[in-house]
Amino acid sequence: MPHGGKRKTGTGISRRSFLTTLGAGTVASGLIPGGKRGKAAAAEGSPGIVGPGEVSITLEINGKSQEVKVEPRVTLLDVLRNRLDLTGAKKVCDRGTCGACTVLLDGKAIYSCSLLAIEAQGHKITTIEGLGTPEQLSAMQAAFVHHDAQQCGFCTPGFVVACTAFVNAHANPTVEDIRAGLGGNLCRCGTYMGVTEAVLEAAKAMKGGA
Amino acid sequence: MASTAWPKPDQRQLLGKRFDRLDGPAKASGTAKYTHDTNLPNMLFAKALWAPHGAAKVSGIDVSAAKAVNGVAQVWSVEPGTEVNYAGTLVAVVAASTEEIAREAVNKIKVEYEVLPHNVDDRDPAKVSGEPSKKEVPDAAGVDEAFKSAEVVSEGYYGASPITHCCLEAHGQAAEFRGGDLYVWATTQNVSGYAGSVTDAAGVPASQVHVECQYMGGGFGSKFGADQWGQICVQLAKQTGKPVKFMLDRDQELMIAGARPSVYGKVRVAAKKDGTVTGWDSDMLASGGKGGGKAPDMPYVFTGVPVIRNVSRGVPVNRGSQRAWRAPGHPQNCLITMSALEDMAAKLGMDALEFFMKNLQYTGRPDVYRDELTKAAEMIDYGSKAHPRGDPTAGPIKRGLGMALHQWGGGGHGSNCDLTVNPDGSVDAKIGTQDLGTGTRTVIGIVVAETLGIPLERVKVNIGSNAYPNDGASGGSTTVGGVSSSARDAATQALNIVLDKVTPELGVPVDRLVARDGKIFDADNPSKSMTWEKACSLLGQMPINTKGSKDPKDGTKLTESGVGGVQMADVSVDIETGVARINEMVAVQDCGLIVNLKTAESQVYGGMIMGITYALYEEAIYDPVTGRMLNPDMEFYKLAGLADVGKLKVHMMTGPGYDDRGVIGLGEPPVISPGAAISNAIANAIGVRVPIMPFTPDRVLAALGKGGAVA
Ligand code: FES
Ligand code: FES
Repeated sequence: MPHGGKRKTGTGISRRSFLTTLGAGTVASGLIPGGKRGKAAAAEGSPGIVGPGEVSITLEINGKSQEVKVEPRVTLLDVLRNRLDLTGAKKVCDRGTCGACTVLLDGKAIYSCSLLAIEAQGHKITTIEGLGTPEQLSAMQAAFVHHDAQQCGFCTPGFVVACTAFVNAHANPTVEDIRAGLGGNLCRCGTYMGVTEAVLEAAKAMKGGA
Repeated sequence: MASTAWPKPDQRQLLGKRFDRLDGPAKASGTAKYTHDTNLPNMLFAKALWAPHGAAKVSGIDVSAAKAVNGVAQVWSVEPGTEVNYAGTLVAVVAASTEEIAREAVNKIKVEYEVLPHNVDDRDPAKVSGEPSKKEVPDAAGVDEAFKSAEVVSEGYYGASPITHCCLEAHGQAAEFRGGDLYVWATTQNVSGYAGSVTDAAGVPASQVHVECQYMGGGFGSKFGADQWGQICVQLAKQTGKPVKFMLDRDQELMIAGARPSVYGKVRVAAKKDGTVTGWDSDMLASGGKGGGKAPDMPYVFTGVPVIRNVSRGVPVNRGSQRAWRAPGHPQNCLITMSALEDMAAKLGMDALEFFMKNLQYTGRPDVYRDELTKAAEMIDYGSKAHPRGDPTAGPIKRGLGMALHQWGGGGHGSNCDLTVNPDGSVDAKIGTQDLGTGTRTVIGIVVAETLGIPLERVKVNIGSNAYPNDGASGGSTTVGGVSSSARDAATQALNIVLDKVTPELGVPVDRLVARDGKIFDADNPSKSMTWEKACSLLGQMPINTKGSKDPKDGTKLTESGVGGVQMADVSVDIETGVARINEMVAVQDCGLIVNLKTAESQVYGGMIMGITYALYEEAIYDPVTGRMLNPDMEFYKLAGLADVGKLKVHMMTGPGYDDRGVIGLGEPPVISPGAAISNAIANAIGVRVPIMPFTPDRVLAALGKGGAVA
């Protein structure tokens, strides 16, 4: 099973065609190489095994080190939303299908519902809140507003994060690249036209690492 | 006196232009707080257990192990003896200090069921219950005679499978009692009317229920009252004395929180050889849950066909019950009508566009549809792409064009607006409405700013709370018509008070004063002017408070009802795999006076995309043996992704005959035609009708097995 089947761009395989080909439920995302269990594991004294009770972990979120006590079974998404009140990332499917929970892990887009918080230790986590504020929107956020790439807005934070990672990896995307590369996020209201336009515009603005 | 009537085209400053939505930055930055994002001190999380049977009686339920889990505060459960009518019914809910603990405790609940017979098959005529509803024009004998003497009769079987709403923000609520009052954070299309749905559970009158919904992640007709889960949430909050948040999980959301009824059946169409339709005869099964269902009155749009018979039978099913799904009944009706008519065109060997044009006299607005069909044909390049049914091109990829027409009401609902103009010139509007993603906030701001002649940024718009003046529920595309009317009324009243103060200062009669570009000036001598701020300072200490309503006291009518639209689709179908894909779709739509062109277009794009989704991908599939939904998740309950929607184009009908009708809502119309247009395009491509929507590869291949294209 390929890891990170999501956003494998350049293969010409969109999430949907990928699913259609392989059968659903197979897109493993949120799987990261070398997830660190170090600190929590050490606390338990038995290597590789932690819990079931709460353990203290340290997460680096939006450039800030945060200590939280969580049970090892808690996902990164639930830590962000329920413990740290970082509610930009949304819980929609809670199983790696929709992308509403997307955050950056060391700059790469991942589904935070599909990663245990303890595994996110030692990685740089960036959430939607870390990309910009309403007063100072990032180029991608501003492009989303400008192209009305949002209706109810529930998919929007996940989309903005995914699009940001996408443009960081593809400086000059074509519409075809966008369709192939951003199939890992779903919108019910139907904002894909705006999203496509927003990515094209933001890609121009983001040149030079803005 | 400034008039409440909408300004003439040459006087409009903001109306109809493109504005970013006011809450865009909050949404794009993740700071917008939805109900699901509510975090209150000491809040408990609730999680539910659901019944896994299509029909059953709960013979025993034991929640003791759940209660014993450390961190569990309270458990709600059904009484033994309770009957459940569909799989997914909530039987127990646990409130605990964390989501994980609540879930763990739910897994420890033991329920015994006496399993009862169920039915989830909505297409079996033997399962019909109750009397059929029947309409015959002129009468049975007349209908039979018309079909007997018809020059041409075409027959077909058509249907639309059940789908769900699949709001990305699941249904749910947070609730807390403070000082005897109940505070609820709801995800609702009805902020003003929500309180009544929780008063029984709360044991307090509606006046002590405070409802808040600043942002909501979709509703589409499924989110009005608190529902059972909202009431359980209130009960748990009351029992524990703590705030409780209870959002449905995705599987529950898909099983129980909203379904669009299915419709299937046979249609006969009679016509003359020249393409004039002379009769319609449909016999349908409809199902929306336990109560059965009723098919919409057919034919759709072409309602003036002289001879009509319409029979509908309800099939009760053990499934989560139907809710209004964006344009209730219309997409199904449109699909069946437009498919049956297009099949007649194909049988006559007539071009579909010519055929629909020929029968426009049967519609309520022939001129509008003629213009819209012409425009859509031009946008999709119909002339050079159209071919008779069955793409003659060699090879496995067949391409086709299809079209459909739709209609909707959309007049404004009851609405009230409180407007304050402060002596410093700042303006504040309050309406007890909600923004489902349609851009309601921005619409209110634009109307107020236009009326007072000030920039949009100057207006603070307050919505999403039942502390504000009552506004109708957001259903049936009635919100924008309602709120723009009450906002216009309130702002015009306020402007007239300001103008009365300005008249003596400028020495200009009030009828000559114009408010525009942040100034108030003499229409005959614009240099005689005063800034908006200066004008407001004439108010002294006292702000102006006005109350506007949807029906202004001066009798001005600001909203209308009745819109029409046309959509055309260009699809490619791979006849080896059965996969249909959208190359391009165009939508031509009227909606009266457009307030914000940018969000209006977004509505239409969104409608088309939602339509592509239900046409090709989404379907609630039920297991006849267990009665359970087989795909209550987002892997198998599929929504279209970015790569699936093709190229979309939107054209809004504006100008004389359109804008002068007043503001009309747009939520429903654009979602109606896609299924029908895509169905017709597929038939045009592969040479045979795929009878049931969604047009998944298996269905396309099955239809091809009965005839149609050859590779
Ligand atoms: S909530 Fe994580 S992918 Fe859907
Ligand atoms: S904007 Fe509503 S789900 Fe995407």
